[in-house]
Amino acid sequence: MTRFRARVRVMPRSSILDPQGQAVSHALGELGFGGVGEVRVGRAVELLLDAASADAARADALQMCERLLANPVTEDYVLEGVEPAA
Amino acid sequence: MKIAVVRFPGSNCDADALEAARASGADAAFVWHRSTDLGGADVIVLPGGFSYGDYLRPGAIARFSPVMRAVAAHAADGRPVLGICNGFQVLCEAQLLPGALARNGGLSFVCRPVTLRVESDATPFTARYRCGQLLRMPVAHGDGRYVADEATLERLERDGRVVFRYVGGNPNGAMHDIAGITNEGHNVVGLMPHPERAAEDLLGSGDGAAMFAMAAVAAGV
Repeated sequence: MTRFRARVRVMPRSSILDPQGQAVSHALGELGFGGVGEVRVGRAVELLLDAASADAARADALQMCERLLANPVTEDYVLEGVEPAA
Repeated sequence: MKIAVVRFPGSNCDADALEAARASGADAAFVWHRSTDLGGADVIVLPGGFSYGDYLRPGAIARFSPVMRAVAAHAADGRPVLGICNGFQVLCEAQLLPGALARNGGLSFVCRPVTLRVESDATPFTARYRCGQLLRMPVAHGDGRYVADEATLERLERDGRVVFRYVGGNPNGAMHDIAGITNEGHNVVGLMPHPERAAEDLLGSGDGAAMFAMAAVAAGV
């Protein structure tokens, strides 16, 4: 078994209103960042897991996204990386 | 008639739900979320609150509590399950109801009385209301915006599974003004407003009381 570090990014689906992003966009405008357009706020999840191979770790991480880390109705996820943990 | 009110860590409307259930004449008891035994209850209530601190997403962690396997089995048997506010969120996360409850459209936590229209009397919890009846009860949530894909919304509308709709103002931006829905079997109902906080006139409205009494009727007791 090798220990891997998996990084997952979960974002609100683009078809779904993101009021948090709107509020952040507005606040950035108030700060004087006039060029800011749409902002979307999501979530990053980093986790350590033991698996036999990088492929197995990736498969596990995808299952975790499907079953818990992202809500399939409102969110999309990207598995950004699976690499051996230092 | 026995009503079980499930307590998750972070539930905070559990005592009110128990009180409303008892006021309806039911024998009501709490069930801790680690339990896998519903104590022979006829009706299950998942109360409002902030189970597991709303970590990850409201209801996302609570759906894995041991008690939820028993709740799912109870629902699969066609027996009544009511999810109020956080309970509704848990039922959606557990996929006992379709769709999801997203952050309120206006971002702010809304805590005020709203008006609901009863859209279906074909559930155990709305059997004694009549369709079109207007109810007054409070909402208190930050994540109550009902969302679902078009196909799901169409199915809910077509099959009469929208149970409550906000009228005279939508507090959270919910699609189709949806405040509550039911499953295909019409035995599982979830709603964002709080009937247990409107269970007697002293609280400003007694409109929610019948929801607990209805459960008694449906359970055949």
